Amino acid sequence: MTQPIKFYQTGTFTVGNRLLPPEQRSVQSSIARDNSLNSGHRACQGCGEALGARYAVDAAMRATHGRLIAANATGCLEVFSTPYPESSWQLPWLHSLFGNAAAVGSGIAAALRVKAHKAGQEQSDIRVIAQGGDGGTTDIGFGCLSGMFERNDDVLYICYDNEGYMNTGVQRSSATPPAARTATTMPMGPEPGAEFGKGKNVPLIAMAHEIPYVATATVADLRDLEAKVEKAMSLHGSRYLHVFVPCPLGWGSASCDTIKLARLARETGLFPVFEAENGQVTDVTTIRRRVPVEEYLRPQKRFAHLFGDPGRPDLIARIQAGADRNIERFGLLGSQTSEAS
Amino acid sequence: MKKPFAITLDPDSALANKTGAWRTERPVYVDRLPPCNRECPAGEDIQGWLYHAESGDYEAAWRHLTRDNPFPAIMGRVCYHTCESVCNRAKLDAAVGINSVEGFLGNEALRRGWQFESPAQESGHHVLVIGAGPSGLSAAYHLRRLGHAVTVLEAGPMPGGMMRFGIPKYRLPRNVLDAEVKRIADMGVTFRYNEKVTQLVEAMRDEKADACFLAIGAHIAKRAYIPAKDSSRILDAVSVLRSMEEGDKPLLGRKVAIYGGGNTAIDVARTARRLGATDAVIVYRRNRESMPAHDFELEEALEEGVMVKWLSTISSADEGEITIEKMELDEAGHPQPTGELETLAADSLVLALGQDIDMSLLETVPDLTFEEGRVVVDPETMMTGHPGLFAGGDMSAGERNVTVAIGQAKRAARHMDAWLRGANLGPKSEKAVADFDRLNTWYYSDAPKTIRPKLDAARRTSSFDEVQGALTEDTALFEARRCLSCGNCFECDNCYGVCPDNAVIKLGTGQGFQINLDYCKGCGICAAECPCGAIDMVPEES
Amino acid sequence: MKKQIEGSRAVAESVALCRPDVICAYPISPQTHIVEGLGELVKSGELSPCEFLNVESEFAAMSVAIGSSATGGRTYTATASQGLLFMVEAVYNASGLGLPIVMTVANRAIGAPINIWNDHSDSMSQRDCGWIQLFAESNQEALDLHIQAFRLAEEMSMPVMVCMDGFILTHAYEQVDMPDQTQVDAFLPPYEPRQVLDPDDPVSIGAMVGPEAFMEVRYLAHAKQLMALARIPEIAAEFEQIFGRNAGGLVRPHRVEDAETIVVALGSVIGTLQEVVDTMRDQGEKIGLLSIRAFRPFPLAEVRAALGGAKRVVVLEKSFSVGLGGVVSTDVRLALSGIQLHGYTVVAGLGGRAITQDSLLRVLGEAIEDKLEALTFLDLDWDIVNRHLAREAETRRSGPIAENLLRDLGVVGAKVY
Repeated sequence: MTQPIKFYQTGTFTVGNRLLPPEQRSVQSSIARDNSLNSGHRACQGCGEALGARYAVDAAMRATHGRLIAANATGCLEVFSTPYPESSWQLPWLHSLFGNAAAVGSGIAAALRVKAHKAGQEQSDIRVIAQGGDGGTTDIGFGCLSGMFERNDDVLYICYDNEGYMNTGVQRSSATPPAARTATTMPMGPEPGAEFGKGKNVPLIAMAHEIPYVATATVADLRDLEAKVEKAMSLHGSRYLHVFVPCPLGWGSASCDTIKLARLARETGLFPVFEAENGQVTDVTTIRRRVPVEEYLRPQKRFAHLFGDPGRPDLIARIQAGADRNIERFGLLGSQTSEAS
Repeated sequence: MKKPFAITLDPDSALANKTGAWRTERPVYVDRLPPCNRECPAGEDIQGWLYHAESGDYEAAWRHLTRDNPFPAIMGRVCYHTCESVCNRAKLDAAVGINSVEGFLGNEALRRGWQFESPAQESGHHVLVIGAGPSGLSAAYHLRRLGHAVTVLEAGPMPGGMMRFGIPKYRLPRNVLDAEVKRIADMGVTFRYNEKVTQLVEAMRDEKADACFLAIGAHIAKRAYIPAKDSSRILDAVSVLRSMEEGDKPLLGRKVAIYGGGNTAIDVARTARRLGATDAVIVYRRNRESMPAHDFELEEALEEGVMVKWLSTISSADEGEITIEKMELDEAGHPQPTGELETLAADSLVLALGQDIDMSLLETVPDLTFEEGRVVVDPETMMTGHPGLFAGGDMSAGERNVTVAIGQAKRAARHMDAWLRGANLGPKSEKAVADFDRLNTWYYSDAPKTIRPKLDAARRTSSFDEVQGALTEDTALFEARRCLSCGNCFECDNCYGVCPDNAVIKLGTGQGFQINLDYCKGCGICAAECPCGAIDMVPEES
Repeated sequence: MKKQIEGSRAVAESVALCRPDVICAYPISPQTHIVEGLGELVKSGELSPCEFLNVESEFAAMSVAIGSSATGGRTYTATASQGLLFMVEAVYNASGLGLPIVMTVANRAIGAPINIWNDHSDSMSQRDCGWIQLFAESNQEALDLHIQAFRLAEEMSMPVMVCMDGFILTHAYEQVDMPDQTQVDAFLPPYEPRQVLDPDDPVSIGAMVGPEAFMEVRYLAHAKQLMALARIPEIAAEFEQIFGRNAGGLVRPHRVEDAETIVVALGSVIGTLQEVVDTMRDQGEKIGLLSIRAFRPFPLAEVRAALGGAKRVVVLEKSFSVGLGGVVSTDVRLALSGIQLHGYTVVAGLGGRAITQDSLLRVLGEAIEDKLEALTFLDLDWDIVNRHLAREAETRRSGPIAENLLRDLGVVGAKVY
């Protein structure tokens, strides 16, 4: 599928491009980027969450001119970034609990608003993000998240979805995909791995709250991710960004394959990348080079039981059917083009 | 602020944690040899000059290009661009139109009047260049760049050699040729025309030359024995093409047969069409697969109505017709006569069977050896057995085309310079080739090749207007930006962006990147996501 | 200004006088009238600027409070009973992070069986959570304690729980002296956070702390509570200077000077006990009363000083540690280490059971005669209990005890049985 060309040598797909005018360059290509999550953190080699967090927070930092506070749920991101006595964060950052990042964000926003009012301003120039993994978002933090959405509190919530409880040793979460092996969904029995027909789609649930902005993104689409953060920060009220972040440890993938897997998740249709405003889908990133789900599944040991002899072609077919359903539902092959830059 | 103990930490305190200790492999930036560069007979750094062209800095691109080849405008028209046949982009959509961009840069230089810089320092040596063909001109240019005084002696009245007398105007307009030659003269190279050197030893002594580069073209047409009636009209290709240049248009008639299968045969056939021939028929004894002429030239010729008799030899020529014998391929693929004859109407027959060189000026030069009508040179240095005497172009072994000649002359000039300084250039550094497999092609957006506008075939056959149209700036830029920069960092910032540990340091435009080994955990994402394969993962020594 | 108002309203107005920045509320009886009052004050603009958030749970309420307080906002919330339990994780977190949040706990029993009436089980369940816990005897004191609580919390950088008896205080209309804004402003300076989320001076709050420093963090929290032990009476004294009333402090003794028997209690039951003690004094008994106003930090020295000379101590408490006995009693006993005296625990008023003067006179009389069981349950219906226990001894019956007891009373499932 041919996409229109925005700038020629490297398209919209590389991080930077010396050929672009500075204002069109990505945040991550800048020497002056914030590195909000800086070196020295203890994330595993090739951690998608560390990458996604820096992408997202740096973009938010740029969008707010560094006037940003973050609330963080318990989880890998918290543990690897702030083990006493070392923090990797360069912005004001608060970790409270596993399940309350959204509510803590609401509290921060509320206090900022009062401070602004006291200073005679309508709203604070300081903005708030709350962030967590899929466990802290789709499971234990879901109540607080929904509450924050429903009140339309002025917080951008960012979920870094690596499809399981990795910090505690790779257990199933409600974001774990069918057939995936986790420590609590072992590859045994007639339906090995996580069962089909379970789990929840939090971006769609977020949309049902009719909040101003909901988007999904992956670490493989940096410019798209940055554009979405920037868009989110241009709005007030509750906003939700769901970022797909492969986990080499939990998925049994090579550390160098993190971005490749995120790309394949999108190109297979397994992870639809879209954005929605006020409950309506407004844009979909179409698939550029469609690939069968095998290509995505095979490099991951958590799906190893689907392959080999005899393997489970029936389950692969069901996963493919899921991807096809996404493609149909979101129009991932549609004629519209992505606005990645 | 009195911060609570332990639960509240200062920013960046984690910098104390040197995660580089986890690493078992480290990323290393490499420069690999792009296939185009490896393939270029003139040794151009194609990827290097495209890098500048991509950013629209055409002058920098032109200057980078002309370090190796002073004739981009000519190249853009006559080079057979073998570089494009090995371009990795061809596996993605279509090869980068390197030749078009080169031509654009050449035109741009002419339009803007960019000049070569004179050498910063004179070496004090005087060198002689015999012959002002592509090889001689290239040698003169490079030797002058290196600070030597250069005198070019040319037997003919004008410079260019086969570029003028062998290549038709519709492929190379003469104003382009003249302008690119003049720029070399402007560097301070002395050109003397109509000076045929008959004895080289004397000439060098008379001119007080310290060294000499010999670049006499192959101007003597090869003949084949064909039983012919006196009334038959048989010409040779060299004369036909030369007379195109010197004023009197050759009289070829309405029906022209051309004998041979090289590029010259095609040039003659296309010239004949332009001169009004209704039938221009190439007679070639092998089949299309074996034809030495470049396929795109044949294609263009076929588009213009040129016809080809494959697997045919000419057994006799008569007035108004020739007799052809059909051939067939034996098991080894060699053409064998069948005895089956046919006649073909032909007002004239042009023999395009190759050219020989007049070597008589070398008769008194000692220490030379000859093979198959060419002087033997060291294939690396291009020096003959006689110290200080170098040779290139048609005189030496190798494919006879303009680009090859230019490349040989460059190599000869650099070695001559070393020889003059009493130095040795040493062996060439061999870089590993940037193969397609090393590319991460996801990052290159889909961008099919820009086709250079071609003159309508109809118009082409009736005029000598240039057939290949030039790229406009927009299209040239587009084409340049299609370059994948195989094996050479083009500063796309991917490594800098994709590192989860901020362990890649961006040094700034033109400076590239550096790995911060204090923090690099060796995950390998930078190498995996490098579009052009310019990062290797190398095991750490334990 | 004197006002005849409901206790909840008094607390709401008092909190408003403290100029809170953020209030988060989730309704639970009997706390509701407090946050309703505050909501009204914010909505009407009387309390401004202030953000009032209707959150989706107590867990969220405390979490919002954590975010707000860490951002430098003076933050208030209120809860009770199940609500307090639902937010426990965040309650511990707030104190662990040293955030000076003030929370009212409108004391109420904890289910099952679900019960909305007053006792101290909820607050007592959180005695180890690292918060300062103050108990109010009256609506006036509840009102006053909130003003002191913000001062104390912010000075010490730790959260304060003001405990007031559900319904008995929260829903009682009494006359209170409502201070004016000038007085409160004079007493309570603007909040200057010890740590704050500020882009101009970024810090990471809430690090993971391992074995190498965790004990120290915990000890420092304890040391801070010990410092509070010194600050609480000082603040009460400063309060008295400005407002002209005694409120707060660590303990309040009543007629303990020559007392042989001293009753120890906390909260609103002090009022009833005071009358009982006065009555018994009139009858010639050497009896006194000690009100514990600060339960955490626990004033060991003050309790010991007040009780050390007595012959017997009766701890009357609305809390009960199942399987052991008294909760407050245990701490009082610790205060009396090494002192030989008779100690009695009277568990009273669980789930809102009325504590009458008659019953109190009876058990205290028994105590003076040293006829009281060491662990006594005030007005326990022994018939029901014994009947159930007897049957239990015959057949082990599954199901909730509460239901079985009610069955015995003929309230539930009578026809089935």
